[in-house]
Amino acid sequence: MADFKTPELTGEIITPKVTPGASKDIKQFPAKPDLMKKLNFPPEKASDWKEKFIEKMGDVLKKYKSVRVFLDSCVRCGACTDKCHYYLGTGDPRNMPVYRQELMRTVYRKYFTPAGKLFGGLADAREITDELLDEWWTYFYQCSQCRRCSVYCPYGIDTAEITMAAREIMDGIGLGSKYNLEIINKAETLGNNLGMTPPALINTWEFVEEEIEEKLEEVGIKDVGVKLPVDVEGAEVLLVTPSADFFAEPHIYSLEGYAKVFHQAGISWTLSTHASEGGNFGMFVGNYHHMKTINKRVWDAARDLKVKRVIAGECGHAWRVLYDFSNTLNGPFDFLDPDYNVPQHICDFTLDLVKKGALKLDKSANDQFTVTYHDSCNVARASRIGNEPGGQFTIPRELIKACCNKFVDMETICEKTYCCGGGGGVLTDEVVEIRVKGAMPRMQEYKKVRDAHGANFFALICAICKAQFTKVFPYYGFEMEEVGGVHQLVSNALVMGAKEGV
Amino acid sequence: MNGLSSVFNLLAYLAAAIFVFGFLNKVIQYFNTPSPLKIPTTPAPTTSMGVVLRLIPEVLFFRSLLKGGTTEKILWVGGWFFHMSFLFIGLRHLRYFVYPVETVMIFQEIGIWAGLIFPIALLILIIRRFTNDRLAVISLFQDYFVLVLILAIGLTGLLLKYFLRSNLVDVKAFILGLVTFSPAQMPDSTLFLIHFSLVLVLLVYFPFSKLMHAWGVLVSPARAQVDNPREVRHVNPWA
Repeated sequence: MADFKTPELTGEIITPKVTPGASKDIKQFPAKPDLMKKLNFPPEKASDWKEKFIEKMGDVLKKYKSVRVFLDSCVRCGACTDKCHYYLGTGDPRNMPVYRQELMRTVYRKYFTPAGKLFGGLADAREITDELLDEWWTYFYQCSQCRRCSVYCPYGIDTAEITMAAREIMDGIGLGSKYNLEIINKAETLGNNLGMTPPALINTWEFVEEEIEEKLEEVGIKDVGVKLPVDVEGAEVLLVTPSADFFAEPHIYSLEGYAKVFHQAGISWTLSTHASEGGNFGMFVGNYHHMKTINKRVWDAARDLKVKRVIAGECGHAWRVLYDFSNTLNGPFDFLDPDYNVPQHICDFTLDLVKKGALKLDKSANDQFTVTYHDSCNVARASRIGNEPGGQFTIPRELIKACCNKFVDMETICEKTYCCGGGGGVLTDEVVEIRVKGAMPRMQEYKKVRDAHGANFFALICAICKAQFTKVFPYYGFEMEEVGGVHQLVSNALVMGAKEGV
Repeated sequence: MNGLSSVFNLLAYLAAAIFVFGFLNKVIQYFNTPSPLKIPTTPAPTTSMGVVLRLIPEVLFFRSLLKGGTTEKILWVGGWFFHMSFLFIGLRHLRYFVYPVETVMIFQEIGIWAGLIFPIALLILIIRRFTNDRLAVISLFQDYFVLVLILAIGLTGLLLKYFLRSNLVDVKAFILGLVTFSPAQMPDSTLFLIHFSLVLVLLVYFPFSKLMHAWGVLVSPARAQVDNPREVRHVNPWA
């Protein structure tokens, strides 16, 4: 791994000087031909790749209003230039959203606009070349599709749409991301991003049951019998959660939390070995077909298991796909109970139970923590929790406050939240430098509440955020144990036994 | 009618036609391009009426720019006063297009002020492009081109108003002639000819440039979509 300097922790976010090429060498590994072929992409760049590239781009322009309108409308006002965490962390101008988009816009002008066709360079239009493609490869994989730029743009131009389109175009000429496509392949063949087989899944879930029991015994509570039911036909709820929840830390503690909540509420539920993944990397590479295929497993499982409701665990982009796209991709869901949101977010579900008095929470169980909450981008800016706009901000916070006595917010939150630096298909080790640097803004703000208020628990509802922060916290001198899930706090505070029912 | 007048009458119709059809072409293209998925930037309204209420402050007050820092505050001042003064200058010019003029007299006073603010706002927009290092990198030839073009329109207009006045009766006759499709003589003023030509260039340039943000702002899926994916099934026409 290349050497790099972790940004200095000062508590301040300073917009860096423009430093061309500062992150030009941070690149993902391309996928091997056999993997490309398996996913119905050309195996590799062929001699006629330029024609294919233009053809694919034309196809995307016909299919996506967002791409067409966004490419035309940008006036380069510069409002987005200091909004990207990757720019703030690197100073590379190609990480300014407008200048990242310019990589596509310049090609768009050349082949798809009268001005570019007629005036070429004078109209800032460039032909696609190997050099330009190399920049595409580098910088369209240095975007975490967090949509922060879209919030500040006067036209709402969303770089995520451009990045997704760019990755789709590159896949279309045989240039794909190894990390993203391997995960898509595993999700489509085995049903989860980790590539766990059903027996392995069942093993893991049994282990989690034992863990829950052991932990409860440690505090003198015996024989509660919290279960992680598997493939139970006729269960009330199907829980779909990112597979990281099954083995990674701190993810697994939230899984324990979900199980305990269902147990205490007395609501029958089940996990599915067929739909053992909430995440959907099809979105990250902008591929409608793969996104649909991965998403379909969830609704097939819901149908097969004859459940009434589908609830989603803590995961940002999974929630975006489930909330925003499911109904289009694989709906309608008339076989589910219309009295509940389809799907429902686990925080919405748990907070509702808390409000109804169905759960007893002992806040003092979390007294060793001063909690702060990081709004994850796909929840904050691309979806909603609950029935009111902005529920994605209030519901997790209300739930946290129901579970602990000490809570403090960071400075830049809600729709303006900074990305963790690892979302959107960037969570891979060969690009750890961009991940560490991209986390800088959030790290500065965490340092601030840590110093001023003693914050020591960084609460999340996103599997990628959890994995990313546990990785980058040590770079900034924080303990990775400070990273945790919201349902981890729920799990700590939930008083077991003495059932009160719903 | 002299030869020059004939040419300019013709050019004016040509420019207007390119503007109208070019603009409509884009509107139709956007309309016909599907949105496969729901992608509103949230929190977003849950009703169509809510979307209208979301877009109004975006269009009238550039609301999203106000979320930003100092750079955007400067941009907001330059951009908002530029657009508003352009609007009122346009409204003031209505007196050349209608007869009698009583109905548009209310815009005369404010139009004069707008004319004075206009070049200042444009200068802010130009200067910020090369004094801020981030803007200097992203600014393209076309960004300066359009600002300078519009500034030239404004300055020639001011010259016509305050220093080298052309015969207003002639101007009115010429414009009314265009509007009523009964072409008339071009006013005998080189400055007017330049002013008028620059406007035609702007009209022709408009639909092929970033100026189409004028329509884009209204149809941007991130802003114009309703946040109701669970309640109403959004259908992708090409899937």
